Amino acid sequence: MSSLSDYDISEDISFEDFDAGAQTGSDKLRVEKEVSEDLAISVQDLSVVYRTAFERIPTAKNAVFRAVKREKREFKTVNALQNLSLDIKHGTVLGVIGHNGAGKSTLLRCVAGILAPTEGRIEVHGHISTLLALGVGFNAKLSGRENVILGGLAAGLQRDEVEAKFEEIAEFAELGDFIDLPMNTYSSGMGARLAFSVSVHMDPDILLIDEALSAGDAKFKKKAAAKMNELMGSARTMMVVSHGLGTIKEICNDAIWLDHGRMIGRGTPDEVVTAYTKHVDSGEAATSFHDF
Amino acid sequence: MTSQGTSAREETVHIFQANVTGLPHLPTYFRQFRDRMEFAKQMSRTTLRVQQADSSIGKIWLVLNPLMLSGIYYFLIVAIGSKNHGGGFFAHLVSGVFVFYFISGCMLNGAGSVVGAGKLISNSSFPRLLLPYAAVRTALSRFIPTLPIFLMFYFIGGGRLHWQQLFAIAAFGLIFMFSLGLASLFAALQVQYRDTTSFLPYINRIWLYISPVLFYPEDAQNVFKHISVVNPLFPLLSLWSHTLVQGTIPPWTTWVAGLLWALVFLIGGCWYFLAKEREFAVRL
Repeated sequence: MSSLSDYDISEDISFEDFDAGAQTGSDKLRVEKEVSEDLAISVQDLSVVYRTAFERIPTAKNAVFRAVKREKREFKTVNALQNLSLDIKHGTVLGVIGHNGAGKSTLLRCVAGILAPTEGRIEVHGHISTLLALGVGFNAKLSGRENVILGGLAAGLQRDEVEAKFEEIAEFAELGDFIDLPMNTYSSGMGARLAFSVSVHMDPDILLIDEALSAGDAKFKKKAAAKMNELMGSARTMMVVSHGLGTIKEICNDAIWLDHGRMIGRGTPDEVVTAYTKHVDSGEAATSFHDF
Repeated sequence: MTSQGTSAREETVHIFQANVTGLPHLPTYFRQFRDRMEFAKQMSRTTLRVQQADSSIGKIWLVLNPLMLSGIYYFLIVAIGSKNHGGGFFAHLVSGVFVFYFISGCMLNGAGSVVGAGKLISNSSFPRLLLPYAAVRTALSRFIPTLPIFLMFYFIGGGRLHWQQLFAIAAFGLIFMFSLGLASLFAALQVQYRDTTSFLPYINRIWLYISPVLFYPEDAQNVFKHISVVNPLFPLLSLWSHTLVQGTIPPWTTWVAGLLWALVFLIGGCWYFLAKEREFAVRL
């Protein structure tokens, strides 16, 4: 693994100068064998290309007008990820850093199976759980109890699994009797607590977290942080996307840096964060407010 | 995109890869679809609960609305139109309106099923076909309570039970297949063209008038008979009316036509949906 500590993107150094986790020669064979036995995620030559239309809301009316005027619909092509290859072993807590639009969230969504690769292949060994947004699948008009069931089923659990976890989820969310009231009667903090509680009680092998997720008041934040630490212990693998470089250094044992859909490098969190902050010419303190 | 996995959690392996055909690996997709049907069931159940909660008379409205419409149509046809269709006509009208509302409900709920689930689609992985399927389940849950109302008017109109009425189950099976295809088609179309639902009320109204709901299939005027060749609802609703209301078994040609339309829409609608599914997370 090449060190990132001396890296400066302002110098004319090609991406290939940085080893993105791959090995070469006889080392490669040996490492491949070891890795395949304990491989959690394998991303192979992954590319994701979006075609986004300039038309903000596509309508049949505009399509008809275009057809009459013999105009073509205009698209912009976005290379969200380009030829990304990456192997992650079980037990790794991988931090993913990079500027806005670097492809961090796209990578997580591809690994979660939400976005389809345009090219390449992803292999994921184990049950995946995502913490990409809070309250996925929730309906504010339903009670907290119903939303727990709905959220758990949306996350891929079976009904009996969700029901078995219900008490634990409800207790963690600290909602008391409110659990049987419609969620539109909750304060925003109560809703966020329940959503967070559902998300973190899925017993994943692989946990994917996008950006800092804070929920509730200071007391609950402390409890949430403790739960996250517990998950780090129980989840065999984690991928964490965050602008909070302090978070990355604190919780991760591996890190990658993405830039315009390409992997600039991979290394220890210290190495990658140092190289990244040098590149963006900003100190870590300046970004610490994004932390958990 | 392909996702392959075993049922045992510790052995689960997901493989996501680009597909040249634009379609997912179908055996894997439909296995996941089957595994996640409980989610669709719960979504459908909660959607219905929310819809009923929004109405002060709740479940009663599910029956009252199509029933009142049937009354209005009956008044227009029999009283103003001065046509005597016999005692069983109101039962035919009620059964036709109820099942037509099931089909149009599938179309409307289906159209909104994907665009209304943006957060879910952007943040979780599941076979998206579950969304229009849940919409069809919701429409089915709204349809079932109308059957006792139909039976009441059927018996009041002098109807009797016939063994041939058992074939109505097969007829409804075809209508269900057709409706699922229709819901899938409009769900994907609504993502492509967000004003699709604006046209649906007009499409539905015209479709109602040219289909054998407000008239017996055999009483269709020439113009409707001619266009019945391209109207999928003509054979499907004919099967429904013949078996359920008239207690007769329609000719095999009607069954074949109904089966073909059901298959064309089911396969075509699902195919179109699956081909567009990979774009949903980007487009929403």
